[in-house]
Amino acid sequence: MKSLADLEAIRQKTINKVNLRNENEGDTRIVVGMATCGIAAGARPVMQAFVEEIQKRNLNGVYVSQTGCVGLCKFEPIVEVYLPGKEKVTYINMTAEKAAKVVNEHIVNGNVISEYTIGNLE
Amino acid sequence: MKELSLNILDIAQNSISANADLIYITVHENISENYLKIIISDNGKGMSKEFLKTVTDPFSTTRKTRKVGMGISLLKLVTEQTDGAFSIQSEIGVGTVVTAEFTLNHIDRPPLGDIEQTISTLISCNEHIDFVFTRKVNKNEFVLDTREIKKILNGVSLSEPDIIIWIQEYIKENENNLLEE
Ligand SMILES: Nc1ncnc2c1ncn2[C@@H]1O[C@H](COP(=O)(O)OP(=O)(O)OP(=O)(O)O)[C@@H](O)[C@H]1O
Ligand SMILES: [Mg+2]
Repeated sequence: MKSLADLEAIRQKTINKVNLRNENEGDTRIVVGMATCGIAAGARPVMQAFVEEIQKRNLNGVYVSQTGCVGLCKFEPIVEVYLPGKEKVTYINMTAEKAAKVVNEHIVNGNVISEYTIGNLE
Repeated sequence: MKELSLNILDIAQNSISANADLIYITVHENISENYLKIIISDNGKGMSKEFLKTVTDPFSTTRKTRKVGMGISLLKLVTEQTDGAFSIQSEIGVGTVVTAEFTLNHIDRPPLGDIEQTISTLISCNEHIDFVFTRKVNKNEFVLDTREIKKILNGVSLSEPDIIIWIQEYIKENENNLLEE
């Protein structure tokens, strides 16, 4: 049975992980678009897939957050990826499966998956 | 929307946009009285009386990227489809309370769905906001208050994936306990 006391152990583990990281490494941020249009189009499972994949691979310094509607409803769910020192990459029409691929290919290996990006449309 | 927990995520989004820093989310199912009630209340900026009168109309929105708002009118529609009730109270500078009640065993009532994902998403994506989530089944309840969690975490971020997953499992376990009792 889980209890609030577990949090103390998670806190310690997290602090240790943070200490292991090089101070100069920036964080990686993944931002999922989530207004009504985003939720209707399945943004929450996309967010969940990112969280699970990051935890499974024990990645450090990778954070998932949300934003409101970015006004591109027909492309939702939209995901923006910010790698330290790199330009923002915008992925459109995301799914949980695509999210797992983005973690593996883009976040871990550094290769943008261009077929999912907004640039692919233009 | 297929699950009520997605409607909850959406309605709570309004509270966030209204600059609330404390949001209460309550999900109460009462089997003998056959209802499921969802209450979302916030201490955000609130709405004027005039605006409040029109807010269940999809064309009533202050959003800028689209001409219609959907969240509130959609939720109201679902309550009506299940012979339930919908109400919204608000006061400028005080906050807003949205109450949606559904007939529990109505054939058209969407399932609650992954409420733990909705709550963990809200918490981890809005660290500056406190959430009090109450899950109640008949007379038994379980409460998760981020103010308590933050005290223990003492500066460690709620958006750490380990913590997000912990919150989800904690909610799920406690919810299952309530449903078994
Ligand atoms: N908790 C709240 N506090 C203050 N204002 C609110 C609150 N909830 C809703 N409103 C106001 O009511 C309007 C309509 O809300 P609704 O959720 O129906 O649509 P929306 O948020 O504008 O768009 P959508 O939800 O489709 O992204 C909002 O634009 C906002 O001005
Ligand atoms: Mg809304």
